[in-house]
Amino acid sequence: MSERVLQLHKRRNLISSVMTTLTAACAVIAIALLVLILSYIAIRGFSSFNLQFLIDTPKPVGEGGGIGNAILGSLLMTGLACLIGLPIGIASGVYLAEFGDKWFGKTVRFLADTLIGIPSIIVGIFVYTLVVMPMGRQSGLAGGIALAIIMIPIVARTTEEMIRLIPNSMREGALALGAPQWRVTWNIVLPAASTGIATGAMLAIARISGETAPLLFTALNSRFYNYYYDQPMASLTVQIFNYATGPFDVEHNMAWAATLVLVGLILAINIGVRFLTRKKF
Amino acid sequence: MAQTDTTGDRIFRSILLVASSIIVVIVVAMIGEMVLNSMPTIRQYGIGFLFGRDWVPSQNQFGALPFIYGTVVSSVLALIISVPISLGIAIFLVEQSPKHIATPIGFLVELLAAIPSVVYGLWGIFVLAPFVRDHLGAYLEAYLGWLPLFQGRLTGIGMLTGGIILALMITPIITSVVRDVLQAVPNTQREAALALGATKWETTRIVLGNASSGIAGAIVLGLGRALGETMAVTMVIGNSPQISASLFEPAYTIASVLAANFADATEELYLSALIEMGLVLFLVTFIVNALAKLLVMRVTRGTASAKHV
Repeated sequence: MSERVLQLHKRRNLISSVMTTLTAACAVIAIALLVLILSYIAIRGFSSFNLQFLIDTPKPVGEGGGIGNAILGSLLMTGLACLIGLPIGIASGVYLAEFGDKWFGKTVRFLADTLIGIPSIIVGIFVYTLVVMPMGRQSGLAGGIALAIIMIPIVARTTEEMIRLIPNSMREGALALGAPQWRVTWNIVLPAASTGIATGAMLAIARISGETAPLLFTALNSRFYNYYYDQPMASLTVQIFNYATGPFDVEHNMAWAATLVLVGLILAINIGVRFLTRKKF
Repeated sequence: MAQTDTTGDRIFRSILLVASSIIVVIVVAMIGEMVLNSMPTIRQYGIGFLFGRDWVPSQNQFGALPFIYGTVVSSVLALIISVPISLGIAIFLVEQSPKHIATPIGFLVELLAAIPSVVYGLWGIFVLAPFVRDHLGAYLEAYLGWLPLFQGRLTGIGMLTGGIILALMITPIITSVVRDVLQAVPNTQREAALALGATKWETTRIVLGNASSGIAGAIVLGLGRALGETMAVTMVIGNSPQISASLFEPAYTIASVLAANFADATEELYLSALIEMGLVLFLVTFIVNALAKLLVMRVTRGTASAKHV
Protein backbone atom coordinates (compact mmCIF):
# COMPACT_ATOMS: atom_id res chain seq x y z
CA MET A 1 0.00 0.00 0.00
CA SER A 2 1.22 3.45 -0.80
CA GLU A 3 2.05 5.92 1.92
CA ARG A 4 -1.04 8.07 1.21
CA VAL A 5 -3.52 5.23 1.48
CA LEU A 6 -1.96 4.10 4.73
CA GLN A 7 -2.24 7.59 6.16
CA LEU A 8 -5.86 7.90 5.09
CA HIS A 9 -6.54 4.55 6.70
CA LYS A 10 -4.93 5.70 9.93
CA ARG A 11 -6.93 8.92 9.90
CA ARG A 12 -10.24 7.13 9.38
CA ASN A 13 -9.51 4.76 12.24
CA LEU A 14 -8.47 7.65 14.43
CA ILE A 15 -11.72 9.52 13.74
CA SER A 16 -13.65 6.38 14.52
CA SER A 17 -11.96 5.89 17.89
CA VAL A 18 -12.35 9.55 18.75
CA MET A 19 -16.08 9.33 18.08
CA THR A 20 -16.38 6.18 20.16
CA THR A 21 -14.67 7.98 23.01
CA LEU A 22 -16.90 11.02 22.64
CA THR A 23 -20.12 9.01 22.67
CA ALA A 24 -18.86 7.06 25.67
CA ALA A 25 -18.13 10.39 27.35
CA CYS A 26 -21.78 11.39 26.86
CA ALA A 27 -22.90 8.23 28.65
CA VAL A 28 -20.40 8.89 31.43
CA ILE A 29 -21.71 12.45 31.86
CA ALA A 30 -25.31 11.25 32.21
CA ILE A 31 -24.41 8.57 34.73
CA ALA A 32 -22.16 10.94 36.65
CA LEU A 33 -25.09 13.34 36.97
CA LEU A 34 -27.38 10.55 38.14
CA VAL A 35 -24.82 9.53 40.77
CA LEU A 36 -24.29 13.16 41.76
CA ILE A 37 -28.03 13.76 42.25
CA LEU A 38 -28.67 10.52 44.10
CA SER A 39 -25.66 10.83 46.38
CA TYR A 40 -26.60 14.40 47.21
CA ILE A 41 -30.10 13.26 48.14
CA ALA A 42 -28.66 10.44 50.24
CA ILE A 43 -26.15 12.64 52.09
CA ARG A 44 -28.44 15.60 52.74
CA GLY A 45 -31.45 13.36 53.34
CA PHE A 46 -29.92 10.99 55.87
CA SER A 47 -28.38 13.81 57.88
CA SER A 48 -31.80 15.14 58.87
CA PHE A 49 -33.75 11.93 58.76
CA ASN A 50 -35.20 10.18 61.79
CA LEU A 51 -38.22 8.07 62.61
CA GLN A 52 -40.08 10.88 64.36
CA PHE A 53 -39.84 12.82 61.12
CA LEU A 54 -41.91 10.13 59.39
CA ILE A 55 -44.74 10.50 61.92
CA ASP A 56 -44.86 14.20 62.82
CA THR A 57 -46.94 16.85 61.09
CA PRO A 58 -45.47 20.16 59.89
CA LYS A 59 -44.85 22.56 62.78
CA PRO A 60 -43.84 26.19 63.02
CA VAL A 61 -40.19 26.67 62.09
CA GLY A 62 -37.84 25.72 64.90
CA GLU A 63 -40.12 23.18 66.54
CA GLY A 64 -39.22 20.21 64.38
CA GLY A 65 -42.01 18.78 62.36
CA GLY A 66 -42.34 15.99 59.86
CA ILE A 67 -44.09 14.46 56.94
CA GLY A 68 -46.45 11.96 58.56
CA ASN A 69 -49.60 13.59 57.22
CA ALA A 70 -47.98 14.07 53.81
CA ILE A 71 -47.14 10.37 53.58
CA LEU A 72 -50.70 9.48 54.57
CA GLY A 73 -52.12 11.94 52.04
CA SER A 74 -49.94 10.56 49.25
CA LEU A 75 -51.00 7.02 50.13
CA LEU A 76 -54.69 7.93 50.22
CA MET A 77 -54.61 9.80 46.91
CA THR A 78 -52.43 7.22 45.16
CA GLY A 79 -54.79 4.54 46.47
CA LEU A 80 -57.82 6.37 45.13
CA ALA A 81 -56.04 6.90 41.81
CA CYS A 82 -55.35 3.15 41.59
CA LEU A 83 -58.94 2.33 42.49
CA ILE A 84 -60.21 4.49 39.62
CA GLY A 85 -57.32 4.25 37.22
CA LEU A 86 -56.30 0.60 37.26
CA PRO A 87 -59.67 -0.96 36.27
CA ILE A 88 -60.30 1.65 33.57
CA GLY A 89 -56.73 1.53 32.33
CA ILE A 90 -56.49 -2.24 32.22
CA ALA A 91 -59.92 -2.63 30.60
CA SER A 92 -59.01 -0.04 27.96
CA GLY A 93 -55.75 -1.85 27.35
CA VAL A 94 -57.56 -5.14 26.86
CA TYR A 95 -59.96 -3.46 24.45
CA LEU A 96 -57.10 -1.92 22.47
CA ALA A 97 -55.22 -5.21 22.24
CA GLU A 98 -58.15 -7.50 21.44
CA PHE A 99 -60.58 -5.27 19.51
CA GLY A 100 -58.59 -2.12 18.86
CA ASP A 101 -57.78 -2.43 15.16
CA LYS A 102 -60.81 -0.54 13.88
CA TRP A 103 -61.29 3.22 13.74
CA PHE A 104 -62.51 3.54 17.33
CA GLY A 105 -59.56 1.63 18.71
CA LYS A 106 -57.18 3.73 16.67
CA THR A 107 -58.82 6.90 17.99
CA VAL A 108 -58.58 5.71 21.58
CA ARG A 109 -54.94 4.76 21.10
CA PHE A 110 -54.12 8.14 19.62
CA LEU A 111 -55.94 10.00 22.39
CA ALA A 112 -54.28 7.86 25.08
CA ASP A 113 -50.88 8.75 23.62
CA THR A 114 -51.95 12.39 23.56
CA LEU A 115 -52.92 12.23 27.22
CA ILE A 116 -49.57 10.67 28.12
CA GLY A 117 -47.79 13.50 26.35
CA ILE A 118 -49.63 16.52 27.72
CA PRO A 119 -48.15 18.35 30.71
CA SER A 120 -49.53 17.08 33.99
CA ILE A 121 -50.32 20.62 35.13
CA ILE A 122 -53.02 20.70 32.43
CA VAL A 123 -54.66 17.74 34.16
CA GLY A 124 -54.59 19.82 37.32
CA ILE A 125 -56.45 22.66 35.59
CA PHE A 126 -58.99 20.25 34.14
CA VAL A 127 -59.73 18.67 37.51
CA TYR A 128 -59.86 22.11 39.10
CA THR A 129 -62.63 23.19 36.74
CA LEU A 130 -64.35 19.79 36.91
CA VAL A 131 -64.19 18.93 40.62
CA VAL A 132 -62.80 21.79 42.70
CA MET A 133 -65.00 24.60 41.33
CA PRO A 134 -68.31 22.72 41.79
CA MET A 135 -67.27 21.47 45.24
CA GLY A 136 -66.12 24.92 46.26
CA ARG A 137 -62.88 23.68 47.80
CA GLN A 138 -59.77 21.65 47.17
CA SER A 139 -59.90 18.04 48.26
CA GLY A 140 -58.16 14.70 48.37
CA LEU A 141 -60.85 13.50 45.99
CA ALA A 142 -59.80 16.03 43.36
CA GLY A 143 -56.14 15.09 43.85
CA GLY A 144 -56.91 11.38 43.48
CA ILE A 145 -58.92 11.98 40.32
CA ALA A 146 -56.11 14.06 38.82
CA LEU A 147 -53.63 11.26 39.51
CA ALA A 148 -56.06 8.69 38.07
CA ILE A 149 -56.34 10.67 34.83
CA ILE A 150 -52.56 10.64 34.52
CA MET A 151 -52.47 6.93 35.28
CA ILE A 152 -55.21 5.66 32.95
CA PRO A 153 -53.49 6.17 29.56
CA ILE A 154 -50.16 4.83 30.85
CA VAL A 155 -51.74 1.67 32.23
CA ALA A 156 -53.87 1.27 29.08
CA ARG A 157 -50.89 1.40 26.74
CA THR A 158 -48.63 -0.89 28.79
CA THR A 159 -51.48 -3.37 29.27
CA GLU A 160 -52.10 -3.37 25.52
CA GLU A 161 -48.46 -4.06 24.79
CA MET A 162 -48.27 -6.87 27.32
CA ILE A 163 -51.40 -8.54 25.95
CA ARG A 164 -50.11 -8.27 22.41
CA LEU A 165 -47.10 -10.33 23.49
CA ILE A 166 -49.37 -13.31 24.18
CA PRO A 167 -49.10 -15.62 21.16
CA ASN A 168 -52.26 -16.05 19.10
CA SER A 169 -51.91 -19.82 19.28
CA MET A 170 -53.07 -19.67 22.91
CA ARG A 171 -56.23 -17.84 21.90
CA GLU A 172 -56.84 -20.18 18.99
CA GLY A 173 -56.35 -23.22 21.21
CA ALA A 174 -58.98 -22.04 23.66
CA LEU A 175 -61.39 -20.98 20.90
CA ALA A 176 -60.98 -24.38 19.24
CA LEU A 177 -62.02 -26.03 22.48
CA GLY A 178 -65.28 -24.09 22.23
CA ALA A 179 -64.63 -21.27 24.69
CA PRO A 180 -66.41 -18.01 23.90
CA GLN A 181 -64.13 -15.08 23.30
CA TRP A 182 -64.66 -13.40 26.66
CA ARG A 183 -63.63 -16.63 28.38
CA VAL A 184 -60.51 -16.76 26.24
CA THR A 185 -59.58 -13.21 27.22
CA TRP A 186 -60.56 -13.54 30.89
CA ASN A 187 -59.24 -17.01 31.67
CA ILE A 188 -56.38 -17.47 29.22
CA VAL A 189 -54.98 -14.19 27.95
CA LEU A 190 -55.24 -12.04 31.09
CA PRO A 191 -53.61 -14.58 33.46
CA ALA A 192 -50.82 -15.11 30.94
CA ALA A 193 -50.20 -11.38 30.69
CA SER A 194 -50.71 -10.67 34.39
CA THR A 195 -47.04 -10.21 35.31
CA GLY A 196 -46.57 -7.72 32.52
CA ILE A 197 -49.74 -5.85 33.43
CA ALA A 198 -48.67 -5.70 37.08
CA THR A 199 -45.30 -4.35 35.96
CA GLY A 200 -46.98 -1.59 34.00
CA ALA A 201 -49.23 -0.80 36.95
CA MET A 202 -46.27 -0.58 39.33
CA LEU A 203 -44.42 1.78 36.99
CA ALA A 204 -47.55 3.93 36.69
CA ILE A 205 -47.79 4.06 40.49
CA ALA A 206 -44.14 5.09 40.68
CA ARG A 207 -44.86 7.81 38.13
CA ILE A 208 -47.90 9.28 39.91
CA SER A 209 -46.29 9.17 43.33
CA GLY A 210 -43.76 11.66 42.01
CA GLU A 211 -46.34 14.02 40.51
CA THR A 212 -46.57 17.47 42.07
CA ALA A 213 -48.05 19.84 39.51
CA PRO A 214 -51.53 18.26 39.27
CA LEU A 215 -51.87 18.26 43.07
CA LEU A 216 -50.91 21.89 43.71
CA PHE A 217 -54.39 23.31 43.27
CA THR A 218 -56.54 20.17 43.37
CA ALA A 219 -55.51 18.62 46.69
CA LEU A 220 -53.75 21.77 47.89
CA ASN A 221 -52.11 20.95 51.22
CA SER A 222 -52.92 20.42 54.86
CA ARG A 223 -50.96 20.73 58.05
CA PHE A 224 -52.80 17.95 59.82
CA TYR A 225 -53.52 14.26 59.53
CA ASN A 226 -56.56 14.15 57.28
CA TYR A 227 -58.48 10.96 56.59
CA TYR A 228 -61.34 12.54 54.64
CA TYR A 229 -61.41 12.78 50.87
CA ASP A 230 -63.61 15.89 50.87
CA GLN A 231 -60.94 17.96 52.63
CA PRO A 232 -57.67 19.44 51.32
CA MET A 233 -54.96 16.84 51.63
CA ALA A 234 -51.19 17.01 52.04
CA SER A 235 -48.89 15.03 49.80
CA LEU A 236 -45.21 14.17 49.94
CA THR A 237 -44.42 16.00 46.71
CA VAL A 238 -46.27 19.23 47.49
CA GLN A 239 -44.70 19.16 50.94
CA ILE A 240 -41.24 18.86 49.37
CA PHE A 241 -42.06 21.81 47.12
CA ASN A 242 -43.19 23.94 50.06
CA TYR A 243 -40.20 23.04 52.22
CA ALA A 244 -37.79 23.58 49.31
CA THR A 245 -39.12 27.04 48.48
CA GLY A 246 -39.39 28.11 52.11
CA PRO A 247 -36.94 30.66 53.51
CA PHE A 248 -35.40 28.63 56.35
CA ASP A 249 -32.58 26.10 56.42
CA VAL A 250 -34.58 23.83 58.72
CA GLU A 251 -37.21 23.58 56.02
CA HIS A 252 -34.61 22.82 53.37
CA ASN A 253 -33.24 20.00 55.50
CA MET A 254 -36.74 18.56 55.81
CA ALA A 255 -37.18 18.86 52.03
CA TRP A 256 -34.08 16.73 51.53
CA ALA A 257 -35.21 14.15 54.07
CA ALA A 258 -38.66 13.93 52.47
CA THR A 259 -37.02 13.63 49.05
CA LEU A 260 -34.97 10.73 50.35
CA VAL A 261 -38.20 8.92 51.26
CA LEU A 262 -39.86 9.71 47.91
CA VAL A 263 -36.92 8.90 45.66
CA GLY A 264 -36.12 5.78 47.70
CA LEU A 265 -39.65 4.53 47.10
CA ILE A 266 -39.65 5.35 43.38
CA LEU A 267 -36.22 3.84 42.75
CA ALA A 268 -37.18 0.74 44.72
CA ILE A 269 -40.20 0.24 42.44
CA ASN A 270 -38.20 0.86 39.27
CA ILE A 271 -35.29 -1.37 40.23
CA GLY A 272 -37.59 -4.04 41.66
CA VAL A 273 -39.63 -4.19 38.47
CA ARG A 274 -36.47 -4.32 36.41
CA PHE A 275 -35.12 -7.15 38.53
CA LEU A 276 -38.33 -9.18 38.41
CA THR A 277 -38.80 -8.86 34.67
CA ARG A 278 -35.16 -9.14 33.71
CA LYS A 279 -35.45 -12.42 31.88
CA LYS A 280 -38.83 -11.92 30.29
CA PHE A 281 -38.66 -8.73 28.27
CA MET B 1 -58.97 -13.57 14.67
CA ALA B 2 -62.42 -15.07 14.47
CA GLN B 3 -64.85 -13.64 16.98
CA THR B 4 -67.54 -15.49 18.84
CA ASP B 5 -70.69 -13.64 19.78
CA THR B 6 -72.39 -15.05 22.87
CA THR B 7 -74.26 -12.96 25.43
CA GLY B 8 -71.19 -13.09 27.63
CA ASP B 9 -69.12 -11.73 24.77
CA ARG B 10 -71.47 -8.84 24.26
CA ILE B 11 -71.44 -7.90 27.95
CA PHE B 12 -67.67 -8.26 28.18
CA ARG B 13 -67.09 -6.21 25.06
CA SER B 14 -69.44 -3.46 26.24
CA ILE B 15 -67.58 -3.15 29.53
CA LEU B 16 -64.28 -2.80 27.71
CA LEU B 17 -65.83 -0.35 25.26
CA VAL B 18 -67.14 1.83 28.09
CA ALA B 19 -63.70 1.83 29.76
CA SER B 20 -61.91 2.91 26.62
CA SER B 21 -64.60 5.50 25.87
CA ILE B 22 -63.63 7.13 29.15
CA ILE B 23 -60.27 8.04 27.61
CA VAL B 24 -62.08 9.76 24.75
CA VAL B 25 -64.42 11.52 27.18
CA ILE B 26 -61.50 12.78 29.27
CA VAL B 27 -59.74 14.36 26.30
CA VAL B 28 -62.91 15.89 24.89
CA ALA B 29 -64.03 17.18 28.29
CA MET B 30 -60.55 18.57 28.92
CA ILE B 31 -60.61 20.65 25.75
CA GLY B 32 -64.23 21.67 26.35
CA GLU B 33 -63.69 22.74 29.97
CA MET B 34 -60.63 24.77 29.10
CA VAL B 35 -62.24 26.54 26.15
CA LEU B 36 -65.33 27.27 28.21
CA ASN B 37 -63.39 28.59 31.19
CA SER B 38 -61.10 30.77 29.11
CA MET B 39 -63.99 32.48 27.28
CA PRO B 40 -63.77 35.69 29.40
CA THR B 41 -60.23 36.46 28.26
CA ILE B 42 -60.83 35.17 24.75
CA ARG B 43 -63.77 37.61 24.45
CA GLN B 44 -61.88 40.48 26.02
CA TYR B 45 -58.53 40.20 24.28
CA GLY B 46 -59.03 37.91 21.31
CA ILE B 47 -55.80 36.85 19.62
CA GLY B 48 -54.05 39.89 21.10
CA PHE B 49 -53.79 37.97 24.39
CA LEU B 50 -50.90 36.00 22.91
CA PHE B 51 -48.97 39.14 21.99
CA GLY B 52 -49.63 41.27 25.05
CA ARG B 53 -46.40 42.09 26.88
CA ASP B 54 -47.87 43.31 30.16
CA TRP B 55 -48.88 40.99 32.95
CA VAL B 56 -50.26 42.93 35.93
CA PRO B 57 -53.03 40.85 37.51
CA SER B 58 -53.77 43.50 40.15
CA GLN B 59 -54.70 45.94 37.35
CA ASN B 60 -56.43 43.32 35.25
CA GLN B 61 -53.81 43.43 32.52
CA PHE B 62 -53.14 40.08 30.97
CA GLY B 63 -50.66 39.48 28.17
CA ALA B 64 -49.17 36.05 27.56
CA LEU B 65 -46.09 36.99 25.54
CA PRO B 66 -43.50 36.93 28.39
CA PHE B 67 -44.63 33.41 29.28
CA ILE B 68 -44.64 32.18 25.70
CA TYR B 69 -41.17 33.69 25.28
CA GLY B 70 -39.89 32.06 28.47
CA THR B 71 -41.35 28.69 27.54
CA VAL B 72 -39.88 28.70 24.04
CA VAL B 73 -36.45 30.01 24.98
CA SER B 74 -35.98 27.69 27.96
CA SER B 75 -37.06 24.70 25.86
CA VAL B 76 -34.79 25.59 22.95
CA LEU B 77 -31.91 26.10 25.36
CA ALA B 78 -32.65 22.67 26.83
CA LEU B 79 -32.60 21.10 23.36
CA ILE B 80 -29.29 22.78 22.45
CA ILE B 81 -27.69 21.26 25.54
CA SER B 82 -29.48 17.94 25.54
CA VAL B 83 -29.57 16.85 21.90
CA PRO B 84 -25.81 16.28 21.37
CA ILE B 85 -25.51 14.41 24.68
CA SER B 86 -28.62 12.32 24.10
CA LEU B 87 -27.52 11.40 20.59
CA GLY B 88 -24.08 10.53 21.92
CA ILE B 89 -25.50 8.24 24.60
CA ALA B 90 -27.90 6.52 22.21
CA ILE B 91 -25.19 6.01 19.56
CA PHE B 92 -22.85 4.65 22.20
CA LEU B 93 -25.47 2.24 23.52
CA VAL B 94 -26.65 0.91 20.16
CA GLU B 95 -23.70 1.21 17.80
CA GLN B 96 -20.52 1.33 19.83
CA SER B 97 -20.65 -0.51 23.12
CA PRO B 98 -20.91 -4.26 23.70
CA LYS B 99 -24.35 -5.40 24.80
CA HIS B 100 -23.38 -6.40 28.34
CA ILE B 101 -22.32 -2.80 28.98
CA ALA B 102 -25.19 -1.22 27.06
CA THR B 103 -27.96 -2.85 29.13
CA PRO B 104 -26.95 -1.57 32.59
CA ILE B 105 -25.92 1.85 31.27
CA GLY B 106 -29.20 2.18 29.41
CA PHE B 107 -31.06 1.32 32.59
CA LEU B 108 -29.16 3.92 34.61
CA VAL B 109 -29.91 6.60 32.02
CA GLU B 110 -33.58 5.62 32.15
CA LEU B 111 -33.52 6.03 35.94
CA LEU B 112 -32.88 9.74 35.32
CA ALA B 113 -36.41 9.84 33.90
CA ALA B 114 -37.85 8.20 37.01
CA ILE B 115 -36.70 11.00 39.33
CA PRO B 116 -39.67 13.31 39.97
CA SER B 117 -39.69 16.86 38.66
CA VAL B 118 -39.92 18.39 42.15
CA VAL B 119 -36.73 16.57 43.12
CA TYR B 120 -34.90 18.06 40.12
CA GLY B 121 -36.20 21.39 41.32
CA LEU B 122 -34.86 20.87 44.82
CA TRP B 123 -31.50 19.82 43.44
CA GLY B 124 -31.62 22.76 41.05
CA ILE B 125 -32.16 25.30 43.84
CA PHE B 126 -29.46 24.03 46.16
CA VAL B 127 -26.81 22.53 43.88
CA LEU B 128 -27.19 23.68 40.29
CA ALA B 129 -28.11 27.33 40.93
CA PRO B 130 -25.07 28.01 43.16
CA PHE B 131 -22.90 26.21 40.61
CA VAL B 132 -24.25 28.37 37.79
CA ARG B 133 -23.78 31.52 39.88
CA ASP B 134 -20.25 30.83 41.10
CA HIS B 135 -18.72 28.84 38.29
CA LEU B 136 -20.53 28.35 34.98
CA GLY B 137 -22.14 31.79 34.83
CA ALA B 138 -19.02 33.57 36.01
CA TYR B 139 -17.03 31.74 33.37
CA LEU B 140 -19.50 32.59 30.61
CA GLU B 141 -19.55 36.21 31.74
CA ALA B 142 -15.77 36.40 31.70
CA TYR B 143 -15.26 34.87 28.26
CA LEU B 144 -18.51 35.54 26.41
CA GLY B 145 -19.69 38.58 28.33
CA TRP B 146 -19.66 40.67 25.15
CA LEU B 147 -22.76 38.76 24.03
CA PRO B 148 -26.05 40.20 25.35
CA LEU B 149 -26.93 36.60 26.29
CA PHE B 150 -24.42 36.58 29.10
CA GLN B 151 -24.85 40.03 30.60
CA GLY B 152 -26.90 41.19 33.53
CA ARG B 153 -27.25 40.24 37.15
CA LEU B 154 -26.05 36.73 37.85
CA THR B 155 -27.96 35.18 40.76
CA GLY B 156 -28.01 31.57 39.63
CA ILE B 157 -31.79 31.67 39.44
CA GLY B 158 -32.87 32.37 35.88
CA MET B 159 -33.26 31.21 32.32
CA LEU B 160 -29.86 29.50 32.08
CA THR B 161 -30.42 27.32 35.15
CA GLY B 162 -33.95 26.56 33.95
CA GLY B 163 -32.63 25.46 30.57
CA ILE B 164 -29.95 23.24 32.12
CA ILE B 165 -32.35 21.51 34.47
CA LEU B 166 -34.76 20.95 31.56
CA ALA B 167 -31.92 19.53 29.48
CA LEU B 168 -31.14 17.08 32.24
CA MET B 169 -34.77 16.00 32.42
CA ILE B 170 -35.34 15.47 28.70
CA THR B 171 -32.03 13.71 28.04
CA PRO B 172 -33.28 10.25 29.13
CA ILE B 173 -36.42 10.67 27.00
CA ILE B 174 -34.61 11.68 23.81
CA THR B 175 -31.96 9.01 24.43
CA SER B 176 -34.54 6.31 24.85
CA VAL B 177 -36.46 7.15 21.65
CA VAL B 178 -33.27 7.52 19.59
CA ARG B 179 -32.20 4.11 20.92
CA ASP B 180 -35.45 2.56 19.72
CA VAL B 181 -35.08 4.27 16.37
CA LEU B 182 -31.48 3.13 15.87
CA GLN B 183 -32.37 -0.40 16.88
CA ALA B 184 -35.10 -0.39 14.25
CA VAL B 185 -32.56 0.19 11.45
CA PRO B 186 -31.94 -3.22 9.86
CA ASN B 187 -28.60 -4.83 10.65
CA THR B 188 -28.02 -5.57 6.97
CA GLN B 189 -27.16 -1.89 6.51
CA ARG B 190 -24.43 -2.09 9.11
CA GLU B 191 -23.12 -5.34 7.68
CA ALA B 192 -23.04 -3.92 4.16
CA ALA B 193 -21.12 -0.84 5.26
CA LEU B 194 -18.64 -2.87 7.32
CA ALA B 195 -18.15 -5.31 4.45
CA LEU B 196 -17.18 -2.43 2.19
CA GLY B 197 -14.45 -1.53 4.66
CA ALA B 198 -16.15 1.32 6.49
CA THR B 199 -14.95 2.05 10.01
CA LYS B 200 -17.28 1.83 12.98
CA TRP B 201 -18.01 5.57 12.87
CA GLU B 202 -18.57 5.59 9.11
CA THR B 203 -21.07 2.77 9.57
CA THR B 204 -22.77 4.72 12.35
CA ARG B 205 -23.11 7.73 10.07
CA ILE B 206 -24.92 5.64 7.48
CA VAL B 207 -27.26 4.28 10.17
CA LEU B 208 -27.88 7.81 11.45
CA GLY B 209 -28.73 8.98 7.95
CA ASN B 210 -31.34 6.29 7.56
CA ALA B 211 -32.80 6.94 10.99
CA SER B 212 -32.81 10.72 10.58
CA SER B 213 -36.57 11.29 10.58
CA GLY B 214 -36.92 9.16 13.71
CA ILE B 215 -34.14 11.11 15.37
CA ALA B 216 -35.94 14.33 14.44
CA GLY B 217 -39.04 12.82 16.02
CA ALA B 218 -37.15 12.07 19.23
CA ILE B 219 -35.95 15.67 19.38
CA VAL B 220 -39.46 17.00 18.79
CA LEU B 221 -40.74 14.71 21.54
CA GLY B 222 -38.08 16.11 23.87
CA LEU B 223 -39.26 19.59 22.91
CA GLY B 224 -42.83 18.62 23.84
CA ARG B 225 -41.68 17.46 27.26
CA ALA B 226 -39.59 20.56 27.83
CA LEU B 227 -42.46 22.90 26.91
CA GLY B 228 -44.74 21.36 29.53
CA GLU B 229 -42.27 20.64 32.31
CA THR B 230 -43.50 22.43 35.38
CA MET B 231 -42.13 21.96 38.88
CA ALA B 232 -38.38 21.96 38.33
CA VAL B 233 -38.59 25.00 36.08
CA THR B 234 -40.86 26.86 38.49
CA MET B 235 -38.31 26.34 41.23
CA VAL B 236 -35.24 27.62 39.38
CA ILE B 237 -36.30 30.03 36.62
CA GLY B 238 -37.04 32.97 38.90
CA ASN B 239 -40.72 33.49 37.99
CA SER B 240 -40.60 37.02 36.67
CA PRO B 241 -42.72 37.93 33.63
CA GLN B 242 -40.11 39.77 31.60
CA ILE B 243 -38.60 39.43 28.16
CA SER B 244 -34.85 39.79 28.45
CA ALA B 245 -32.10 38.83 26.04
CA SER B 246 -29.94 37.76 28.97
CA LEU B 247 -29.93 34.12 30.01
CA PHE B 248 -28.88 35.20 33.51
CA GLU B 249 -32.11 37.09 34.11
CA PRO B 250 -35.14 35.44 35.66
CA ALA B 251 -37.98 34.43 33.35
CA TYR B 252 -41.35 32.73 33.51
CA THR B 253 -42.91 29.85 31.58
CA ILE B 254 -46.55 29.05 30.92
CA ALA B 255 -46.40 25.92 33.05
CA SER B 256 -44.68 27.69 35.92
CA VAL B 257 -47.09 30.64 35.99
CA LEU B 258 -49.90 28.11 36.25
CA ALA B 259 -48.16 26.28 39.09
CA ALA B 260 -47.29 29.44 40.97
CA ASN B 261 -50.51 31.42 40.65
CA PHE B 262 -53.43 29.16 39.93
CA ALA B 263 -54.34 28.55 43.55
CA ASP B 264 -54.46 32.30 44.27
CA ALA B 265 -56.41 33.34 41.19
CA THR B 266 -59.86 34.13 42.52
CA GLU B 267 -60.94 36.84 40.06
CA GLU B 268 -62.76 35.52 37.03
CA LEU B 269 -60.60 37.28 34.45
CA TYR B 270 -57.35 36.26 36.15
CA LEU B 271 -58.42 32.63 36.34
CA SER B 272 -59.58 32.76 32.75
CA ALA B 273 -56.25 34.19 31.61
CA LEU B 274 -54.40 31.36 33.33
CA ILE B 275 -56.71 28.73 31.87
CA GLU B 276 -56.33 30.19 28.39
CA MET B 277 -52.56 29.86 28.74
CA GLY B 278 -53.13 26.27 29.81
CA LEU B 279 -55.20 25.78 26.67
CA VAL B 280 -52.40 27.22 24.53
CA LEU B 281 -49.90 24.89 26.19
CA PHE B 282 -52.24 21.94 25.68
CA LEU B 283 -52.70 22.65 21.97
CA VAL B 284 -49.00 23.24 21.36
CA THR B 285 -47.90 20.04 23.14
CA PHE B 286 -50.69 18.17 21.37
CA ILE B 287 -49.39 19.23 17.94
CA VAL B 288 -45.74 18.73 18.88
CA ASN B 289 -46.39 15.22 20.21
CA ALA B 290 -48.45 14.23 17.18
CA LEU B 291 -45.64 15.43 14.92
CA ALA B 292 -43.06 13.50 16.95
CA LYS B 293 -45.15 10.36 16.73
CA LEU B 294 -45.45 10.62 12.95
CA LEU B 295 -41.69 11.15 12.55
CA VAL B 296 -40.72 8.27 14.83
CA MET B 297 -43.22 5.92 13.18
CA ARG B 298 -41.62 6.51 9.80
CA VAL B 299 -38.55 4.64 11.06
CA THR B 300 -39.87 2.19 13.63
CA ARG B 301 -43.08 1.13 11.90
CA GLY B 302 -43.93 -2.30 13.18
CA THR B 303 -40.70 -2.89 15.08
CA ALA B 304 -40.36 -0.87 18.25
CA SER B 305 -42.94 -0.33 20.95
CA ALA B 306 -44.91 2.86 21.25
CA LYS B 307 -44.12 3.30 24.91
CA HIS B 308 -42.71 6.81 24.68
CA VAL B 309 -44.90 8.47 22.13
